[in-house]
Amino acid sequence: MKVLRDLLDKQKPHFEKGGKYEKFHAMFDAMETLFFVPAKVTEKGAHIRDAIDMKRTMIVVVIALIPALLFGIWNVGYQHFLSVGESPDFWTMFWYGFLKVLPLLIVSYGVGLGLEIIFAQIRGHEVNEGFFVSAMLIPLIVPPDVPLWQLALAVAFAVVFGKEVFGGTGMNIVNPALLARAFLFFAYPADMSGDKVWIAEKLDSFSGATPLGNALVGNFKDLPSAYDMFMGFIPGSIGETSTLMILIGGALLLITGIANWRVMFTVFAGGLVMGYLFNLWGANDYMNLPAWNHLIMGGFAFGAVYMATDPVTATQTTRGMYYYGFLIGMIAVMIRVFNPAYPEGMMLAILLMNVFAPLIDHYVIEANIKKRLKRLKAVSAN
Amino acid sequence: MSTENKAKEPLFSTKNLKLITKQLNLSNPITVQVLGICSALAVTAKLMPAIVMSISVLVVLAASNVVIALLRKGIPPRIRIIVQLVVIATMVILVDQVLKAFVYDVSKQLSVFVGLIITNCIIMGRLEAFAMSNKPWPAFLDGIGNALGYGVILVMIAFLRELFGSGTLLDFRIIPQGFYDFGYVNNGLMILPPMALITVGVIIWVQRYYTRELIEEN
Repeated sequence: MKVLRDLLDKQKPHFEKGGKYEKFHAMFDAMETLFFVPAKVTEKGAHIRDAIDMKRTMIVVVIALIPALLFGIWNVGYQHFLSVGESPDFWTMFWYGFLKVLPLLIVSYGVGLGLEIIFAQIRGHEVNEGFFVSAMLIPLIVPPDVPLWQLALAVAFAVVFGKEVFGGTGMNIVNPALLARAFLFFAYPADMSGDKVWIAEKLDSFSGATPLGNALVGNFKDLPSAYDMFMGFIPGSIGETSTLMILIGGALLLITGIANWRVMFTVFAGGLVMGYLFNLWGANDYMNLPAWNHLIMGGFAFGAVYMATDPVTATQTTRGMYYYGFLIGMIAVMIRVFNPAYPEGMMLAILLMNVFAPLIDHYVIEANIKKRLKRLKAVSAN
Repeated sequence: MSTENKAKEPLFSTKNLKLITKQLNLSNPITVQVLGICSALAVTAKLMPAIVMSISVLVVLAASNVVIALLRKGIPPRIRIIVQLVVIATMVILVDQVLKAFVYDVSKQLSVFVGLIITNCIIMGRLEAFAMSNKPWPAFLDGIGNALGYGVILVMIAFLRELFGSGTLLDFRIIPQGFYDFGYVNNGLMILPPMALITVGVIIWVQRYYTRELIEEN
């Protein structure tokens, strides 16, 4: 550590105002604060400065994503070898998946952070760390075979139009990672949906349909067992398949207090309630699917744990969070069952509620003001 | 009338020319006044309809501006909006019939949007704000200027959308087949209206970056 500190101190003058590499100040600052806690001290007045700054918050989320990532890497290999009818040892599968996922991660981080640094430099502020999480999320919610140039385009779109036009990290209206996925989904549907894309380099004869794809066409007998779906031995986007790994990550987020339990639980509750409502209705086979099946299929758990809980785009009021989460769960299941064009509704549900979050907050606050005014009137009347 | 004749200014005086040039940038109907967005989103998936739409709006706007400017002293203020609408609707029907007669395919693509020129805010706005209080010649120039400002943006959006959404321009293949063999795919989002809105946003962004006058003081 001492060596690193000395190195940084030695280089620092070059990056300050008037230095040789002034243009790269934002990049240097990003690197320095990545390794060391910033030495900023509040000099006037009484302030409390928490040791956990945004960079450390974001790192916890990235760590919480690692179980899903590792499992996803293995599952990419597992699904591939399953589809070609081989069963090599664990490390061969892992290595195959690693080679598939690594380029996605590199492209996602490279393009995203590159743009972030450029924007930070032009605007003269520090590089925001928010993108560390987004760049990790994006590869986890795309199919393993997504072309890299499409991914790069989607990341650029998400960073520029999802975040920077609104003023950078913390100002965005919708979740940038989901925006990248929505961009891919609508711009390049052939590479993002259907039965062909979810298994890397599969043989044509092998059906690659995801559980959701099967359910949508009414093919319920091909649905994997609940154990397989919970553990994640199913085709799908890289990080979304294993509900177990996502719950481990979710537990870490809850213990550290980074994610809000209200949102997380109400999303699951909303999905479950909607599923039960459909069970009661029971107009077709899909509605009769046991409600809890919705929670372990597709990206429901992933969205609930990592996407819906994004503190920037979720509602800010405590009561609003219940509505927000509950509606996400309900709408996601509703889209799955009702809309023949979209097998998975999680992405659209979260994006929709992201847009509605400020409205929910507004009405929660208004209701609170009204309630207190009433109380005031009751008191002053006496 | 006699006072006007005394100070007769040339047809293309700086003031008159400004009526055209100002609309192209500083008070562009779409990017600055944010009028006529609806048709800008609807007809710009391909370049051809966008061009035809621009020309139609140009004809309608210029003609109705002149007519209203001629009638301006005889229109009772209380029913002026109805009179304006009648004039616009007449022009639109004429344009629609001409389109149907000569470019039937494009007219079918534009479908309802030719008729909806009647409700285009730019036209009503210019009649109300300019033609009602100016002489026919400046009103004509103002109409041309606004329609050009509208058309320029429409063509820009349509150019980008058709190029990246379909890989063609005016239905000629621009992006070579080699790109597709190499794995390039047309961007399906460009065909959808949301991307038109984002494209308008990008044009506004670029325009404001280069013309500092447009940036509001806080």
